[in-house]
Amino acid sequence: MSEVLLDVKGLKKYFTTKRGLLHAVDDVTFTIEKGKTLGVVGESGCGKSTTGRAILRLHEPTGGQVLFEGQDVAKLNATELRHKRKEMQIIFQDPFSSLNPRKTVSQTIEEPLKLHKLIPDKQKRLEKVLETMETVGLAERYINTYPHELDGGRRQRIGIARALALDPKFIVCDEPVSALDVSIQAQILNLMNEIQEQRGLTYMFITHDLSVVNHFSDDIAVMYLGKLIEKAPSEVLFANPVHPYTQALLSAIPLPKLGARKERILLKGEITSPINPAPVCRFANRCQYATDRCRSEEPQLKEIETGHFVSCFLCE
Amino acid sequence: MSDKKYAVEVNDLVVEFKTDEGIVHALNGMDLKVENGKTLGLVGETGAGKTTTALSILRLIPSPPGKIVGGQIKLAGEDLFSKTEDEMRKIRGKAVSMIFQDPMTSLNPVLTVEEQIAEVIELHEDINHAGAIQKAKEMLELVGIPGERGTEFPHQFSGGMKQRVVIAIALACNPTLLIADEPTTALDVTIQAQVLDMMRGLRDKYGTSMIMITHDLGIVAEICDTVAIVYGGRVVEYGTLEDVYNNTRHPYTEGLFNSLPNLDDRAAKLKPIRGLMPDPTNLPEGCTFCDRCDYATEICKTVKPKRVYRNEEHYVECHLYDEESVKTGGKIGK
Repeated sequence: MSEVLLDVKGLKKYFTTKRGLLHAVDDVTFTIEKGKTLGVVGESGCGKSTTGRAILRLHEPTGGQVLFEGQDVAKLNATELRHKRKEMQIIFQDPFSSLNPRKTVSQTIEEPLKLHKLIPDKQKRLEKVLETMETVGLAERYINTYPHELDGGRRQRIGIARALALDPKFIVCDEPVSALDVSIQAQILNLMNEIQEQRGLTYMFITHDLSVVNHFSDDIAVMYLGKLIEKAPSEVLFANPVHPYTQALLSAIPLPKLGARKERILLKGEITSPINPAPVCRFANRCQYATDRCRSEEPQLKEIETGHFVSCFLCE
Repeated sequence: MSDKKYAVEVNDLVVEFKTDEGIVHALNGMDLKVENGKTLGLVGETGAGKTTTALSILRLIPSPPGKIVGGQIKLAGEDLFSKTEDEMRKIRGKAVSMIFQDPMTSLNPVLTVEEQIAEVIELHEDINHAGAIQKAKEMLELVGIPGERGTEFPHQFSGGMKQRVVIAIALACNPTLLIADEPTTALDVTIQAQVLDMMRGLRDKYGTSMIMITHDLGIVAEICDTVAIVYGGRVVEYGTLEDVYNNTRHPYTEGLFNSLPNLDDRAAKLKPIRGLMPDPTNLPEGCTFCDRCDYATEICKTVKPKRVYRNEEHYVECHLYDEESVKTGGKIGK
């Protein structure tokens, strides 16, 4: 049994809105083993980014535990949290808005090192910056350029370098390649894979692109409206999706092959509101198999085979 | 071949933008044609010239800085560049309409959606306001939105529904040519499947010709009849889906396919195309792709490749091929 790095138990994040309590993340439980990648997929608004941010406490969790190497991140005070953040970093989605336009490449990568007072010596810090730039494949000549001078792929490399500068153990990757062209996307994905192998990093990989997540992750968690509805090893999930939503999601992927068109499950209707949701199955009104039970009771996450968790009455 | 009717033909189109950094060569001899009732997929990376092509067909290239330097566009056989601005205004939204990429920003936030749909109808058809509103409601129903929601504002709709509204506007006057610029990029996969399904249905019902601009080869496989792979402002490979997907010839097309994660084989390592798109102010003298191409030879750096036909439709612009080797495939696709 390999070591569990991150153990999330009953994580909740609610936002107060004018119309009521928005359940962005509702009672989400999962673990990530050391050196592995958990892919988190779902549609916009399903709470996948919020989950990632709540784990790092970029959003204060409303409830639940986030055990990082056995220590509850949710209970740390400000100083402890700052120390912990050295070990947990994030790569943001949009390389265009997540970089400070007034900082050069070296200033951006150097900032976390300065903040955590890790390398007091200026010269050594610069060496570390250069070393990190080399790791992510940024040529040394870009050291004094500003983000606007660089293309999306290079900017995303800065974002990755910034996260790597502190030698973290765990990185939340929030749609790191969504804003990039396919050819550049493949470059960045390969880079992230290599870095993971070299450093034994653990990733939580948030995306809506199912082919990317399948390629990149060991385990995949599917979220729907704040709930984790299915989690399984990647091959299992793609070979044998159990939850009706997962099935619909997988059938909706357009395949770049001729004659590959599968039977498509077209979902009807729109997503229900996550504001003050009733304690029933949140997918029920789009689900073709929904019964009265689905509309009156909330299904719980159950392990149907080793490592394969599903929350649906169908598999009971 | 000559008996085919084309909704639009673009021949050797050259478009430049004058900027402080020099002249951006956005299109360098763009060629494409869409047969009546068919759908062409226009595939390429950011900056390849896909959207510029679309805007040229609508004559919406901002000028200055943009300038159509050469070439010809024929819409249903008529030369588009000889039209006056008044005539163009009658064409836009009526004969040709466009679905813009981002549904979140292409709707007017202070007008109800039925007003926005009715606006096009009133402009192009002899109909009073009440009639146009009525027709707008019908259009909404057509794209799967209850007509009574027409009195709502864009912010009250979800992303998928906003995109349907944009599609309703584009289809309101029954255009003969619909240009869809990444119509589903901003949408989730399940919603994307709904929207694509709907567009396919409407296309078949009304026999609309379509240009589908996308970077997703999966979407092309699903909805298009022919596909043009665009790089550096030119079509580098063109053919039917069968030609381009199963008999890939151009190294760039091959690179695009290899960059995609394979759902059937997780272990397969991605083979990205190395490097970046060439700077459009300073395009290579020879083949625009030569700096990134694994097959490039000396000749690629200095001489522009000629077009080689594999069959009547399928062509490729690459030095790897001559009249004979293009038939067998040579080095690629093995």
